[in-house]
Amino acid sequence: MTDLLNVENLTVRFEVKRGGAFGKKAHLYAVDDVSFTVKAGETLAIVGESGSGKTTAALAVARLQAAYAGRIELDGEDILPMEGEALRQVRQKVQFIFQDPYSSLNPRKRAEAIVQEPLDSLSDKPAAEKAEIVKGLFEAVGLRPEQMRLFPHQFSGGQRQRIGIARALATQPELIICDEPVSALDVAVQAQILNLLRKLQKDFGLTYLFISHDLGVVQHMSDSIAVMYMGKVVEHARRMDLFSNPRHPYTQALLSAVPTVDRAKRAAQKRILIPGDPPDPVNLPKGCRFANRCPVAQDKCRQDEPALLDDGKGHRVACHFS
Amino acid sequence: MSDLMQEPIEQAQSPLAEAWGMFKRNHAAVAALGVLALIVLGAIFGPYIYPTDPFEMVWAPFSPPGQEGYLLGTDYLGRDLLAMIINGARVSLMIGLAAAVVSIFIGVTVGALAGFYRGWVEEVLMRITEFFQVLPTLLFSMVLVALFGASLPMITFAIGVVSWTAVARITRSEFLRIRELEYVKASRASGASNRKLMFGVILPNALPPIIVQSALMVGSAILFEAGLSFLGLTDPNVVSWGQIIGSNRQYILDAGYTVTIPGIAIFVTVLAISLVGDGLNDALNPKLRQR
Repeated sequence: MTDLLNVENLTVRFEVKRGGAFGKKAHLYAVDDVSFTVKAGETLAIVGESGSGKTTAALAVARLQAAYAGRIELDGEDILPMEGEALRQVRQKVQFIFQDPYSSLNPRKRAEAIVQEPLDSLSDKPAAEKAEIVKGLFEAVGLRPEQMRLFPHQFSGGQRQRIGIARALATQPELIICDEPVSALDVAVQAQILNLLRKLQKDFGLTYLFISHDLGVVQHMSDSIAVMYMGKVVEHARRMDLFSNPRHPYTQALLSAVPTVDRAKRAAQKRILIPGDPPDPVNLPKGCRFANRCPVAQDKCRQDEPALLDDGKGHRVACHFS
Repeated sequence: MSDLMQEPIEQAQSPLAEAWGMFKRNHAAVAALGVLALIVLGAIFGPYIYPTDPFEMVWAPFSPPGQEGYLLGTDYLGRDLLAMIINGARVSLMIGLAAAVVSIFIGVTVGALAGFYRGWVEEVLMRITEFFQVLPTLLFSMVLVALFGASLPMITFAIGVVSWTAVARITRSEFLRIRELEYVKASRASGASNRKLMFGVILPNALPPIIVQSALMVGSAILFEAGLSFLGLTDPNVVSWGQIIGSNRQYILDAGYTVTIPGIAIFVTVLAISLVGDGLNDALNPKLRQR
């Protein structure tokens, strides 16, 4: 299958001031030289801990966050320099599902208006056709047509997330970026929403960029996985490959923390603990960013930053000792 | 799935209806709204019902209220005080409203631009706002009126120009808060233009505190106008409440009612407006909803 999304050397940085208003300006590289690809019709999950830059990367791909450098190719076209009408076209193709269903819906609009908004801004379809599309979307995400006239506060969290999903589907996008779409929901509702997302992917041929910190969710959802740590992709592989053969020590530690109900597996499972804290993101150490917490780190790791290298079978790792 | 299928539909209540429901629970505000409605109706229809010319000398000066045929008596020139109060209500309310509109327009524009664009736009606009905040307001508006003439539009403008800063700061702070919310990002991802984001998405959600502030501003603008016209900075061709007080102030000891009656009119009006503003605050503040 062809690559729908191809992100190359994406860098997003923020200016931070240290030591009050007159302090020195420094840059925080939230996303640092990150590359990944998503095949059409598949799901790439980006996993990582808080502050690893996964959400920032997602926002940059959706053109909601200015990127500092790199390329974001959608269907082979770089969307980063696009403005005006071209950007509007891209926005039709790329939609976003947000993490918090309580703040992602405008409290002053009725559900139908929220779902219709992308159509109003991005298409010139006649009003009757838009209303028809909205009705169809409500059905597709499992909401009843009589709920269209309600306001967001009259819905539960799971229902709100369904509205957010319907909104993302309105312009018939190719790529939907899901930024932790279930982490704010109850576990029971999480499963409903995840299954809905999978069903929609099958029905509409969608491609997902799925941001999560929950490996259980990722295992359920993804075809490929990219693991991020401190703004870098440390490992990028097919799902089966990554779960059965994690090569980066950080990934190994993450996977060892996934709980399992299988007694035999649980006995065999050895938790790899990661000591210490992540380094200061403004003042990064030389060499590998994981070196200070890595169980296998050598002197080389503290000197040279490892590159993300392909093993020839599509499994990419950034570690000197993998 | 079951929660989606069986749950009964709540009635879709618009935010406006909900706000009115909250407003009704504040009895003082409802009463004040009634009083305010009476004052407004009196200002609109009063001059037709009681057509005495407020500038005409109808009787001897200082005729006390209720005696000699004049309900509120006559002032130092023998003019009918009731006619002056009725006609003054028009001017006072109009200036109050118009000045509030002027300051809301300036304040919301400045605050919205500053809060939305951040960066140097915010720096420049907020420094300008601070400049207007540190000006002595009464003095500045007196200078404006003295320089450009004491016409009603000029007085309105002078009041508006010195009182927009609070609105600007409130609008900016609301914009700063709301622009980071996910539904604004969602609108941007849906292709909304900056103008649509500012005035179609953020502003409607920023309105509640702005509305409350605006209501209170009508009251303070009426007070401000009274202050200006007390000092004689007023359009001599119209009557306003402050002007009645100002022109009769020398006789405050001999004929106190000439000052007291317009004073009560101002007091009641401004109090009513404040109470309505308070009620609006209850009605529009979602944190009080659950109480």
